[in-house]
Amino acid sequence: MTATSAKAMTYDNKGILSTLGRDGLLQVILIANTVLMLFPVVIMVFSGFKSNMEIFNNPFAVPDFANLSNYIDVWTQTNFVRYLFNSVFVTGFSLLLILVLGTMAAYAIARYEFFGASFLLLFFIAGLTLPLKLAIIPLFILFRDLGILNSYWALIAVYVAMGLPSTVFIMTGFIRSLPRELEDAARMDGASELRIMWSVMLPLTRPAMIISAIHNLVPIWNDFFFPLVFIQNDALKTLPQGLTSFMGEYTTDWGVMFAGLTLAAAPITVVYVILSRQFINGMTSGALK
Amino acid sequence: MARLSLKGVKKRFKETEVLHGIDLEIGDREFVVFVGPSGCGKSTLLRLIAGLDPITEGSFRLNEKLMNTVPPSKRGISMVFQSYALYPHMDVYENMAFGIRLMGLDKPEIDKRIGEAAKMLQLEPLLKRKPRELSGGQRQRVAIARALVRKPQVFLLDEPLSNLDAALRSEVRLEIAKLHQDIGGTMIYVTHDQIEAMTLADKIVVMNEGRIEQVGTPHELYESPANTFVATFIGSPKMTLLEARTANGKLSIPNGGSVTGSAPDGAGETVTVGMRPDALDIAEGDAPEGFGADVVYTEYLGNDAYVYARLADGTLVSVRAAPKTYYPANARITVMPRAEALHYFDSASGARL
Repeated sequence: MTATSAKAMTYDNKGILSTLGRDGLLQVILIANTVLMLFPVVIMVFSGFKSNMEIFNNPFAVPDFANLSNYIDVWTQTNFVRYLFNSVFVTGFSLLLILVLGTMAAYAIARYEFFGASFLLLFFIAGLTLPLKLAIIPLFILFRDLGILNSYWALIAVYVAMGLPSTVFIMTGFIRSLPRELEDAARMDGASELRIMWSVMLPLTRPAMIISAIHNLVPIWNDFFFPLVFIQNDALKTLPQGLTSFMGEYTTDWGVMFAGLTLAAAPITVVYVILSRQFINGMTSGALK
Repeated sequence: MARLSLKGVKKRFKETEVLHGIDLEIGDREFVVFVGPSGCGKSTLLRLIAGLDPITEGSFRLNEKLMNTVPPSKRGISMVFQSYALYPHMDVYENMAFGIRLMGLDKPEIDKRIGEAAKMLQLEPLLKRKPRELSGGQRQRVAIARALVRKPQVFLLDEPLSNLDAALRSEVRLEIAKLHQDIGGTMIYVTHDQIEAMTLADKIVVMNEGRIEQVGTPHELYESPANTFVATFIGSPKMTLLEARTANGKLSIPNGGSVTGSAPDGAGETVTVGMRPDALDIAEGDAPEGFGADVVYTEYLGNDAYVYARLADGTLVSVRAAPKTYYPANARITVMPRAEALHYFDSASGARL
């Protein structure tokens, strides 16, 4: 055997990395990860179509998807619709406020030179480092004194405060990257500062606004802690909190609960997908030349 | 009518002063070009005239009216930006309509003006397109049209050709010259390209380090530059400057030969001599009259050739020659200036003698 063929032999024996390649290995890991992540979700959806009995006897079995009794129960026998409305209202209103206030603040910080602009940005960013949950007791006392305990406003106030730092951070960076000459052009055209922001800059910040929206949407929608503390009135409960009332002290109808969870996760998933697509469109539209 | 008058205009950004007192008169219908190297303050001056930045000190009057605090849109001035600054989310029609709508014009008038501008700049088939669907030259024309529909007294153009490729550049340059003839407004054009300046301008303002070095017609600047900066900035390849000793009716460089000629009055023992490439003749080998030089390389340009050679004192001199001229590197030549085509500058101050 010559030296070269011996060398070739050793190259042939490099194992999985050489057969699949680096990208192939990456794919395998990603697929494994996807299965791991989706597994509980699939079980949740499956269980929504099963009775308690079926869930405990055959937890992994594929259910009869025609059996919608759990979903009908959730919709008619529980306060689910009310919780859904509460969640939509609180999340929607919070996002609206976060985007409006965050964009305005970021625009001012990014575009106007004034004393303390960079301090203001740091102040907002410092908010990222504050665990709001630590302030729960003072917040509770504050909201009690303000008389907004047990109302939407307690939740919205906290969520907006939570969402603003990251939004201001993202939007400031983005607005700074927009060409300044656009504003100058609008100024030459006689646009007021408000019109420049509304007609020229805002349409261009859409990709960043969507990032901020996605970034805030999921944590707010899924938040359990703040409603638990601030909301006692059943009619004002949000979905994550409301769904816990399905768990009885002695018995729990797991099927109905999983159906509720599935319904709760569905809208957010749809919105997420739509926003992501918008975001990708925004990135590729060439708005920034 | 649009007469602009700047008096003692200064601009400071925080501590740094970028314009040190600009005095300039611009007449009606003039095509004025601000030219100078990067960072000379020409764009800053344009932004002061536009009203995009406040004037720190001094006054700017348009038709005798003080403009220092008048907002940009009320000055009767339009601007074409270097990056065009078209609104990316609006189509061509909306880009043009945005400003005149804010002026409060009614729909028929808006349509009429946009129609005229679109016709003049051949934008009619493009009115419904977004800027991203346009080529560089088309974007440029939209930017000009957007300035046009406002019917301003003064047009400002900030390096409008710098984003175009070479072929398109000369084409658009012609269009701009034609536009100026057709609409007859006052135009102020900023560029760092002296060819654009020479070809377009009625009047060139040469700027350097926040000061005006010279104001004049292209002809004046080329024929009688006020100082060594203007002399080397205008003309390509640039004028060669030579430190020469004046004695006995001769200009000489140490160990490098001499030419007959006397510096004008006021010259000291040494004088800076400026020689344009076309003011020089070449003789092969050494000659009694002229500066001896070693060829560095020969540049063939088709209709001309330029010979670059090093004189005894180390100065690199460029000479225009007939296209078939070729000298190999290190060949010995003598460059002979024609006395009437020389420029003389004070050695210390650089001012024209």
